[in-house]
Amino acid sequence: MAMKVVSSRCSFYLGFLVGTCMLYFLLHQAGFNKTLPKLSDGLGTTAKALPKQGTEHKDWRVEGSALINQNHAHHSGEDSRIADELYKKVRILCWVMTSPSNLQTKARHVKATWSRHCNVLVFMSSEEDPDFPTVKLSTGEGRDQLYWKTIQAFHYVLKNHDEEADWFLKADDDTFVIVDNLRWLLSNYTPEEPIYFGKRFKPYTKQGYMSGGAGYVLSKEALRRFVEGFRTKVCTHTSSVEDLALGQCLEKMGVAAGDSRDTLHRETFHPFVPENHLVGTFPKSFWYWNYCYYPIVEGPQCCSDLAVSFHYVDAEMMYLLDYYTYHLRAYGYRHRYQPPLPESLGVLPQTVGGAGLGNEPGVGGNAAEQEAESKARLEAEPAGNRTAVLEKQ
Amino acid sequence: MLSEGSSFIKGLFLGSLFCLVMSTLVSYGPSWHPGQDSHLHHHIKAPSKEELQRLPEAQRLELSQRVRVYCAIMVQPKNLEHWTTAKDTWSKHCDRAVFYSPEGSATLEVVELQEQDEWARMRKALRHAYDHADDLHWFFLARPTTFAIIENLKYLVLDKEPGQPFYIGRVAKSGELEYVEYESGVVLSREALRRLTEALEDTERCPERGRALWRLNEEKQLAECLKYRGVFAENGEDTQGRGLFNSCSVGSLISESLARRPPNVLESCCSDMAVTFSGMTPNQMQVMMFGVYRLRPYGHAFHDSLMFLPPVGSEND
Repeated sequence: MAMKVVSSRCSFYLGFLVGTCMLYFLLHQAGFNKTLPKLSDGLGTTAKALPKQGTEHKDWRVEGSALINQNHAHHSGEDSRIADELYKKVRILCWVMTSPSNLQTKARHVKATWSRHCNVLVFMSSEEDPDFPTVKLSTGEGRDQLYWKTIQAFHYVLKNHDEEADWFLKADDDTFVIVDNLRWLLSNYTPEEPIYFGKRFKPYTKQGYMSGGAGYVLSKEALRRFVEGFRTKVCTHTSSVEDLALGQCLEKMGVAAGDSRDTLHRETFHPFVPENHLVGTFPKSFWYWNYCYYPIVEGPQCCSDLAVSFHYVDAEMMYLLDYYTYHLRAYGYRHRYQPPLPESLGVLPQTVGGAGLGNEPGVGGNAAEQEAESKARLEAEPAGNRTAVLEKQ
Repeated sequence: MLSEGSSFIKGLFLGSLFCLVMSTLVSYGPSWHPGQDSHLHHHIKAPSKEELQRLPEAQRLELSQRVRVYCAIMVQPKNLEHWTTAKDTWSKHCDRAVFYSPEGSATLEVVELQEQDEWARMRKALRHAYDHADDLHWFFLARPTTFAIIENLKYLVLDKEPGQPFYIGRVAKSGELEYVEYESGVVLSREALRRLTEALEDTERCPERGRALWRLNEEKQLAECLKYRGVFAENGEDTQGRGLFNSCSVGSLISESLARRPPNVLESCCSDMAVTFSGMTPNQMQVMMFGVYRLRPYGHAFHDSLMFLPPVGSEND
C-alpha cells in the first residue's frame, strides 16, 4: 500500500518535470520563431525599401543567350534623369569574355554588379550554359584562343544584336566598367562614325591600339568594318595577342583610335586596379611606361572622376568598386570636377540646373556653376565653414 | 498502475501550467529584456529628406552653421604612415582637425600629451578639445586607422541639438555597460563633452588611473564616466537599420556578405551613408578617398538639402 503511494508520488513528480520541460521547449520554440522574423525582417525591409533595385531576374529579359535590360538600375532617393536620357540615346551592348571554369568565380560577380547598367549583356564562353546564360563560341580556352574568341564574339553580336545597340563593349571577367561614364564619353560621337575607344597604347601601330584587359568599345560602324575586314580577308587571325591584332585590323579598315580622356585630359580606361594608379608608382623599367600613348600621370590626376574601367579586379573588388561608384557617397558634397553636359542632350525640359546643384551640371558647365553659386547661400565666415543651404526643391 | 498513470498526468498538467505562469511573469518582469529590445531606445538616425524640406530655409541655414566638427585624432609616432594618411585624406574635411600624440614630432603638427596611458591621453585630449573648441559644437574622436566621412557625420547629427548630451558611434555591450567602440570613432556633442570634463574631476567615479585589478580599456572608461553624468551610448544607423560606424574595413564587410550569399551583397552589409570604416591600409584609404569624393556615375544627382564644398588646396577629393 505504501509502495503504491510512493510510486504514484514519483509519477506525479515525473509528470510535473516532463510537463515543465515540454512547455519550456515549446515556448522557446515560439519565442525563437518570433525573433527570427525580426532578423529576416531587417534584411527583408532592406530589400523592400529599395524595390527598384531588383534581383537580376526582374531586371533582365533572357533572349536566347543574351540578357536584355528591362529596368535601368535605379537607386532610391536619386534623380537619374540625365543618366536615363543617355541610357536611351547611347545604347551599349556589353560582351564579357569568360570561360566555363570562371562562371561561378568571376562572371557571376560581373553579372551582379556593373553589367546591370548595360542595355544588352552577353557572356562569351567555349561552352553553352542556358541558365547563366552563356554563348558557345567554337573555340577552346586559353591565352592562344583570345583573338579567335574575340573575332567570333564580335561576329556574333553584330549578327544577333545589330538593332539593339549602338556601341559594342568588350570586357574581361575581371574588368570593372562604369557604363554610365562610358555613355557620357560616347555621347559626343555617333555610332555611324568608324571609331573605337579604350586605354590607348602606342607600339606596333601607327595610331595606337586599345588594351584588351581595360576593355574597349567599338561604334556600330567600327564593328561593321571589323566584320567586313574578315569577309574580304583584309583581316585574318594574325596572332593571339587579341588587343594588338584587333587594333591592327581596325587600323587597316580605317577605324580611328579615339582619345578617351576626360575634359581635363585624365585617363578613363585603366589597365590596373585603382590602387596601382592612384598610389602605386610604376618602376621606370616597367613596360607600361613605353606603351602608354598619352603621358602617364601618377597620383590623384591619374584617373578621371568619371573613370570608365579598371582591370585585374577580383570578386571582392567588383563589389567594392560597385559600392564606391553607385552607393557610398558624401552627403551634400559638391564635387570639384563638374563635367559638361553632352551637347547631344541639349536643354532638358526640367533643367537639372536648379535641382542638380553640387552633383550634376545644368545647361553647360560654367553657367551651371555660376547658377549654383547664386542659388546657394554660402557662409559669410571665412576659411572654416564651407557649407551652404540649397533652395527648397 | 492506474493511480500512477493519473498522478503522472496530473503532474504533467501542473508542470505545464507552472512553466507557462513562470514564463509569463518573467517576460513581463521589469528587469528582463530580450537582447534586441534594450537597444530600441538608443538608435540615432539622420533626418529624412521630408523632415528637412519641411523646415524653413532660415532654419536649415542655422542647422548648417551649427553642424561643425572638431576632429581629435589620437596618433602614435610609431605609426607614421596612418598619421600622414589621415592628415592627407579624411581629416581635411573636418572643420578643425587636431592631432594628439604622446610625444612631440619634428615634422608634423601635434599636441603633445606626454602620457603613456591610453585613458590618460584620451582624458587630456578631450579636455584640450573642449577648451579649444570655440564655436564648434560637435566632436569626433578617432585614431588614424579609422577613415571617416565627415559630411555623413554632419548629416547624421544635423537635426540634433548639441546642447543636449549625445554620445554616438558603434555601440557594444560589456556586461551592463553600453559603450561606443573606439575603433569606429566616437561622436560627442558639446554638452556631452562638457559633462565629461566635469566627470573627469570626480576622482572617485572617474579616476585617472583605474583600479589596478579592474582596469577597463579607455573606451569603456569613457562610457562609465559619461554614464555617471547621464550620457548614454547611442548607435548610429541608417533608415534600414544598418550601422553607420564600422570597426572593420569595407573589404571585410563585403567578403563576409559574399560568404552569406544574400540576394544583394551590398545592401545587406554596407550603408550608402556610412560614416566610418576601420582597419584599412593607408593605400586603401587613398582609394576610399577617390571612391567617396570623386568616383561617381555620370547623370545621377542627389538633391541634398545642404551643400558642402571641397576643402581648399586639396587634390585627392
